[in-house]
Amino acid sequence: MSPILTIERLSARVQSRDQEILSKVSLSLERGEVMGLVGESGAGKSTIGKALLGILPRDVVITGGAIRYDGRDLLALPARERRQLLGAEITLIPQDPQTALNPGRRIEAQLTDGLRMKRGLSGTQAHDKALALLEEVHIREPERVLAAYPHELSGGMRQRVLIAAAFALEPRLVIADEPTTALDVTVQKQILRLIRSMQEAHGTAVVFVTHDLGVVAQICDSVTLLYGGTVIEAGPTANMLVHPGHPYTRALIDACPRYDRPDAGLHPVPDGVISAMRRDLSQRYGRPV
Amino acid sequence: MIVSVINRLVVAAITLVGVGAIVFVLLRVVPGDPIAMMISPGASPADIAALRARYGLDADLATQFWMWLKALLSGDFGMSISLRRGVLSLLAERLPATLELAFAALALAVALGLFLAVLGTLARRTVCEPLIDALNGLALAVPDFVWALALVLAFGVFVPVLPLSGRINPSIDEGFVTHFYLIESLLRLKLTAFADVASHMAMPVIALGLPLAAVIVRLLKEALKEAMVQDYVLLARLKGMSELRLILQEALRNAIGPTLALTGVQFTFLIGGTVIVERIFSYPGIGNMAVDAVINRDLPLIQGLVLMFGLIFILVNLAVDALAAFFNPRLRHG
Ligand SMILES: Nc1ncnc2c1ncn2[C@@H]1O[C@H](COP(=O)(O)OP(=O)(O)O)[C@@H](O)[C@H]1O
Ligand SMILES: [Mg+2]
Repeated sequence: MSPILTIERLSARVQSRDQEILSKVSLSLERGEVMGLVGESGAGKSTIGKALLGILPRDVVITGGAIRYDGRDLLALPARERRQLLGAEITLIPQDPQTALNPGRRIEAQLTDGLRMKRGLSGTQAHDKALALLEEVHIREPERVLAAYPHELSGGMRQRVLIAAAFALEPRLVIADEPTTALDVTVQKQILRLIRSMQEAHGTAVVFVTHDLGVVAQICDSVTLLYGGTVIEAGPTANMLVHPGHPYTRALIDACPRYDRPDAGLHPVPDGVISAMRRDLSQRYGRPV
Repeated sequence: MIVSVINRLVVAAITLVGVGAIVFVLLRVVPGDPIAMMISPGASPADIAALRARYGLDADLATQFWMWLKALLSGDFGMSISLRRGVLSLLAERLPATLELAFAALALAVALGLFLAVLGTLARRTVCEPLIDALNGLALAVPDFVWALALVLAFGVFVPVLPLSGRINPSIDEGFVTHFYLIESLLRLKLTAFADVASHMAMPVIALGLPLAAVIVRLLKEALKEAMVQDYVLLARLKGMSELRLILQEALRNAIGPTLALTGVQFTFLIGGTVIVERIFSYPGIGNMAVDAVINRDLPLIQGLVLMFGLIFILVNLAVDALAAFFNPRLRHG
């Protein structure tokens, strides 16, 4: 079967600063696959996610390449068709559950927006579907949560609600942009497991944005590693974590805390590795990286 | 809930008594004698003394205050010295006129303010936005009495389509049973009278409403702009909501808090503004009466008016808090 998503040589720049922030980024995602989009802060992970969802800030423009979803070029699609795909077939699990729910609307209203607007469900139908969704993301007392306002729920509960909302319309591709960074450590693991189990149950492909290789090892089938808006290395997770092909990848793996070997100590990425890589990338893409 | 209501009532009562006491003392300390304003030049000292005694002005300050408070509690606001009628019945007669004026101005300001703030948000980053901002800046800089004079020039002199003064054409006699002419004529479907009252109100209402509308536009538009870049709006936009729906359903209720609070404060200023605007249009409300009361040193009437303004102020604040809780669920407690 053909991949659900391929990105081909995607480039983007910030107009006001006249700076390229993505350079010829390519990646490909099979149906039902979870891909980790990994890189340190500023590597361009969110920019790729936003480009997929068509929500780039005005200042950021795509200067080349293509985003093919299910054979269609998202960037060339008429606005009407795009709007139909986005928010239904392609959805987002946001980073911060604190700010991603409207503080002034009840959970039920926010969870059922898509069902009512895009699927034309009636109020009662949407209510029943919302109940089922909340049960699926293991929320106890779903009736109470539906009637609640966001401030009455914990951060973990809110993220569960947002995951339920992201899966409400049976999407085929979910972008999860650092969905656990804003959460307590104890809750992070549960949310990771939940995303993985939802993804498996629905056969959904997931682009999982993270800066944490430990998270990648837990839930990703494949990895694309970014640095400075460029792809450093990509491949199946097991392969890449065991046999890294690039010195930067190896250094990153070494820099991960090893909970199984607390005596091993931490090894920050050596400056030499980074400066060598930057020199190499600057030459290849013709811009400072 | 009950506790907080009782709390507020106690605070309101203390506020009113405090306002009453301050005004009472102030009026008697500042120079100006109400009796001197009403007697004829040839009156004998005995006549003056008799008048002073009649209005209770011969006792000492504490006794006067105590008498006034006691009378107030039994519903007696005293007699107006200059108009020689009960203060309460004067207020009951004039207040409806001012209330209709003030609330019509508020309605105009809120409707216009909301409309332009939403329009300005819809039109952000287009040529329309600086246009709205510029007009708004102009409206912000012009006070109500200047609007009043400009309106008089425009619609009273150059294109004389609106009546310049008064509340209703004296030839219209509908036998009103209340003093709420606008509301009563509408409810009783006396459309000629309604149109006449409305046309008398048009200029003062616009003069009072425009500055408040400008404040609402300025504040709300800024808050909406901030709300429109929140994550929840982004997520809602992703769900396919139209821009207008994003503004009205997602952003407005979260953006409205500060505007609401300030509108409450500004509305009490607006009621203060009726004093001069009613004067300009000879509109028979409490504002116009207040000017006469002060000129005539009519102590009981001034006291009654100030208490009235104080009560309105308290009620407006209660209403603002209730509305804020309606829009912001985090302000509601069980
Ligand atoms: N709206 C914007 N204006 C200016 N620079 C931006 C904007 N969005 C992103 N960038 C720049 O693009 C780069 C990549 O950002 P981002 O995709 O958010 O990185 P990541 O999500 O990997 O941390 C950063 O250097 C950032 O400063
Ligand atoms: Mg990011």
